[in-house]
Amino acid sequence: MCDSCGCNITPGNRHLVAEGEPGHQAIDVLQHLLSANDHAAAHNREHFDRHGVLAYNLMSSPGAGKTALLEATLQALAGEFRIAVIEGDLETENDAERIRRHGVPAIQISTGSACHLDAHMVHHALHDLDLDAIDLLFIENVGNLVCPASFDLGQHRNLTLLSVPEGDDKPAKYPVMFRAADAVVFTKTDLLPVFDDFSIERATRYLRELASAAPVLNASVRSAQGLAAWLDWLRDDMRALRARIAGGEAVRPAVQPDGAALHAAESAA
Amino acid sequence: MHELSVCQALVEQVVRVAREHGAGSVARVTIGVGALSGTEPALLRQAYPIACAGTPAEGSTLEINERPIRVRCALCGAETDARANRLLCGACGDWHTQLLSGDELLLEQVELAKLAEAI
Repeated sequence: MCDSCGCNITPGNRHLVAEGEPGHQAIDVLQHLLSANDHAAAHNREHFDRHGVLAYNLMSSPGAGKTALLEATLQALAGEFRIAVIEGDLETENDAERIRRHGVPAIQISTGSACHLDAHMVHHALHDLDLDAIDLLFIENVGNLVCPASFDLGQHRNLTLLSVPEGDDKPAKYPVMFRAADAVVFTKTDLLPVFDDFSIERATRYLRELASAAPVLNASVRSAQGLAAWLDWLRDDMRALRARIAGGEAVRPAVQPDGAALHAAESAA
Repeated sequence: MHELSVCQALVEQVVRVAREHGAGSVARVTIGVGALSGTEPALLRQAYPIACAGTPAEGSTLEINERPIRVRCALCGAETDARANRLLCGACGDWHTQLLSGDELLLEQVELAKLAEAI
């Protein structure tokens, strides 16, 4: 250790010496790195709230059955709610076309090489939707258990899907994603007899080990097992969210990146 | 990988700070990152120079303060260290904990190489 080559400067004490460098000026910022995204997300959320739209962000790995669950949901809720869907994929309009077949407006966002949706992309897509004609908006994020969890879109809720063939330890392997979930839906549960090493109990325990109290639901689109319970959960949740919003609460997913909290403090100030 | 997107957003913020303070270039940027932020420090270090290219932050040093994961137990009140996929209370083992730190993704400080070049 010496005072000439810098070897005594550690991450713990660097801030004490940085300001001393000649000709340099240190500015303390303390801002979320994604503050531009958080700002756009807050803007989207204001749009949703002003038009009485509830927004659910669906996340999972590719192929977990997000679009299939949406299709079953649209069919069941037709006539009950006015629904629209924003679809995120790297390429193709395939998923939006599947949704439109049910007579539901769908906007496809093609992200190119981006592995997640961000608030700006969603804002752009909102220009193509008549929010006054919608009660419920599903945002189907890019299939990916990593990146989408880091970007606030302005949604009220995060739903994370885990399909039986993926294995029951996904919450332990992808903690950031599963910690962000307001509810977890185990999909393709008709395959449980085939994939008998998948234990719903174990998957739930891994989720609880992330300090998550999120409700867990089981749904198989193919056998329709669990679909009624999923739809009841959704109806109850929408009712609860509407009551909170009517009470003047700014409703967001339960787990927020710290930047969103900072931004909330900023707009309140 | 979204670390490049994160770095691009970071550099935009840094350049804004530099502009607000009339600085021509940036010497050092300090960020705080927790394991539960979903971003990987090693990938941020790789992406940073790419995001900086052609901006006043080009050539600047990126300092990353890795924040520890700490939880507070709702049952016994203990504050303990935890792992990203096991946010259990280190004292009683219960899962009803609240995260105290470990999900940060913060721009903490920007050091501007201001005066030397301005004069």
